[in-house]
Amino acid sequence: MPNNTAVDAPFMEVNPELCKGCQLCLGVCPKSVIAISDKLNSASYHPAYYTGSDCTGCGLCYYACPEPGAIRVVKP
Amino acid sequence: MKVYEKAPSFYEVFERKSGPAKQATHYCPGCGHGNVHKMIAEALADMELTSRTVLISPVGCSVFAYYYFDCGNSQAAHGRAPAVATGVKRANPDSIVISYQGDGDLAAIGTAETIHAANRGENITVFFINNAIYGMTGGQMAPTTMIGQRSTTTPLGRQEHLHGNPVRMCEMLATLPAPTYIERVGLGNSKQIMKTRKAIRKALKIQAEGKGYSFVEILSPCPTGWKMDPEVAREWVSKEMEQVFPLGVYKDESGNVDEGSWDRTFKPFDTDEVNTYLQRMKTSMTEGEDVVLKEDLRCKFAGFGGQGILTLGLFLSQIGMRAGRQVSWFPAYGPEMRGGTANCSVNLSNERIGSPLVDEPNVLVVMNQPSLDAFEKTVPDGGTIIVDTTIVEGKPDAERLNAVLIPASQIADEVGTPKIANVVILGALAAATGAFTPEFCMDTLRSVIKKKNLIDMNMEAFQKGYEFVKNM
Repeated sequence: MPNNTAVDAPFMEVNPELCKGCQLCLGVCPKSVIAISDKLNSASYHPAYYTGSDCTGCGLCYYACPEPGAIRVVKP
Repeated sequence: MKVYEKAPSFYEVFERKSGPAKQATHYCPGCGHGNVHKMIAEALADMELTSRTVLISPVGCSVFAYYYFDCGNSQAAHGRAPAVATGVKRANPDSIVISYQGDGDLAAIGTAETIHAANRGENITVFFINNAIYGMTGGQMAPTTMIGQRSTTTPLGRQEHLHGNPVRMCEMLATLPAPTYIERVGLGNSKQIMKTRKAIRKALKIQAEGKGYSFVEILSPCPTGWKMDPEVAREWVSKEMEQVFPLGVYKDESGNVDEGSWDRTFKPFDTDEVNTYLQRMKTSMTEGEDVVLKEDLRCKFAGFGGQGILTLGLFLSQIGMRAGRQVSWFPAYGPEMRGGTANCSVNLSNERIGSPLVDEPNVLVVMNQPSLDAFEKTVPDGGTIIVDTTIVEGKPDAERLNAVLIPASQIADEVGTPKIANVVILGALAAATGAFTPEFCMDTLRSVIKKKNLIDMNMEAFQKGYEFVKNM
């Protein structure tokens, strides 16, 4: 998870509890910076997560994601 | 700085959801509803429409949309969302009304409502989620199911000669003159999704500007119903569904329609107008005087449709109203305009009336044989039965009942037309019950008969009926 106090690079973040592991965000990410966790969340899904660098803040993952609150993208 | 995050038009917490993730929807992983919800919520927030939006939830997976959108919400019976939306919009013209529907709801169960709301050009926005099956109930064939597509009710695939072809709603609605904007978009890939976002915003803008009916069909994946992984389902939207349901703008008159031109404002309670109308009704009847009834009249009038049975009831009701009595009139008739059976219940009472139905009439008028057979036995002992003997062959039990036998249709024919047999009967009824004077009845008739050139004939008919009974 990036440090929000000093944002200078774009990033995306996933709320692991709200993610249902559909992987649609992986498919649309032009930079392939999203991956699927080995861990299960409390609803028994493998949530997506940001690998930590190279996000361009394009927002495509946000719109591909069906969950209102699962993905947040910040583009400074 | 640009931040993509949950729009404030969503509730913070989704109360419906059980379990720990109370901010997650109830939709399956990869479902298209969530995407469309997000884009609608984002548009409402960006366009500052949330506080005046009313979203009509359908029946289907999205029935719980009201648990998600923090705006006005209502939920309609299956397929009826456009009808409910029409009412909401007309009663609240400043509201933004969204009819959110799936394909089973919109294109099968609510086809009529869909087409007619579009045909009226209601200033509402319809978002049509087409996933080619009935998703919520387990993946049955929908009107939009494609040829060859398997569903639980078409296990061998939809076949044209058995099930017909998939219905294309955009193409159909685009033939109508009234709709302003009709577009089909999809959720098959990012490019399509961004086009969908644009279409949603455009549709809402058209409504906000009062430019009329907007309809956006969104081809949407149902991974569970289609039995596909979410990513494969998205691909199937763009590869397969798009072949049958081509994307594109089917109608766009938004550039040619003036802002605010689709005013369908309905003003239900303009008290001034209502009072003026009531005053006019009141003064059309000459001033009456209070007449206290010796006995409440519980009347049943029965005969063929077209004999003036219901009008007879109205006339008596109006006499009662003019006499300051409590009155009810309750018609019952079949679908035939002429020749079917018709009857009405009329109550005239000194006290308030509980039920308008009359099961045991103390005054029964029968103008055909079936009515005599059906209702004679419902009259309590000593009750009055008036029979038009021109038409009715049978005779009532004169020992048990006060039987008034009058050839009403023949008398009316001699006066000028058998159509006024009901007024002859009214005269007979006035004489037989003695409830009102003939002058009082005739004064009332004079003021309520609309065709003034027929008044004399009606007066004569009434008098003949009255005198016939008096001379019996």
